[in-house]
Amino acid sequence: MLNKIWFTMIIIGIIIAAINGRMEEVSIAILESAEDSVMIVVKLIGPMALWLGIMKVAEEARLTDVLAKLFKPLAKILFPEVPKNHPALASIMMNLSANFLGLGNSATPLGIKAMQQLQELNSGKSSASDAMCTFLVINTSSVTLLPTTILALRIGAGSAQPTEIIGTTVFATFCSTVVGIVANKILIKISGLRGV
Amino acid sequence: MINLINYFSQWAIPLIILLILIAAFIKKVKVYEVFTDGAVEGIAVGVKILPYLLAMLMAIAIFRASGALDIVLNQLAKPLSILGIPKEVIPLALIRPLSGTGSLGIVTDLINQYGPDSFIGRLASTMQGSTETTFYVAAVYFGAIGIKNSRHAILAGLLADLAGFLAAVFICRLVFG
Repeated sequence: MLNKIWFTMIIIGIIIAAINGRMEEVSIAILESAEDSVMIVVKLIGPMALWLGIMKVAEEARLTDVLAKLFKPLAKILFPEVPKNHPALASIMMNLSANFLGLGNSATPLGIKAMQQLQELNSGKSSASDAMCTFLVINTSSVTLLPTTILALRIGAGSAQPTEIIGTTVFATFCSTVVGIVANKILIKISGLRGV
Repeated sequence: MINLINYFSQWAIPLIILLILIAAFIKKVKVYEVFTDGAVEGIAVGVKILPYLLAMLMAIAIFRASGALDIVLNQLAKPLSILGIPKEVIPLALIRPLSGTGSLGIVTDLINQYGPDSFIGRLASTMQGSTETTFYVAAVYFGAIGIKNSRHAILAGLLADLAGFLAAVFICRLVFG
């Protein structure tokens, strides 16, 4: 799917730029995006190394087993094919907790760690497993109790009640996550029927 | 309640690190060595993500800078307004899954223009906070492990985004209406 989306966006973009006479803007944007991607990765490497180190200590101390056990009831529903007490479940739980608390910088490395462990179960294939799709959808739909960035923005803009949007945000994010999980499960079923 | 969550999130990281290290130390894990052992992988992961992120950001950059995105926005304005999404926040709804900084820019503009405590300001805040940048998350998470075929995950993610926006409009009308 990404092959087609990627190709289409670039081709249509460049054709429309030609029609609109915006080739210069597009040219600048292409090179800027290349620089931006490095900046994002550089910013990610620090927290990534930090949490990979901490998670390794947690694994050696067998703490991840405890976390995986705690997560079991929910994991059975969301990730039925992941063996119980698998370390991936511990990482998933840590990632979700970090998301809940609005700690985005920590949630991403923990999520990547979880994906790596799910990939071990997937025997290194280049096609995403069902569990990976479910986990990705949970993360793209965001699960948060504290939307930190937007709170900071509202405070900066001089809001009288910056926190009044927390309730509505939690409601909306809950709806989007539930719809994402259900849509994903249905799509898995459909692709299973087609034998894909 | 909010203060409690806030308090909790300030304590979370130091506390988790403390608990893990204490537990590991008691079990005679060589904490320093094991930590650095794990941390060394951080750079490798970053390097692995880069090409996927670059590919994604480049396509989005071309699509935005060329004006193609504006055309799509205009086309989708009508059907989305039928769904009840106010026209002021429609650009936000469409850019949110594509670009985190882009959508944050739009929210900032909307808040500056209408005020943070206006209906539009509150709705934009709710929309921004309630979903993530789907394409970015997909590029980073799947890129890190070399997944090339994302199957239906992107579609499910976009459906989740749409549901989130509709839910945001619904709840904001109900609460702030």
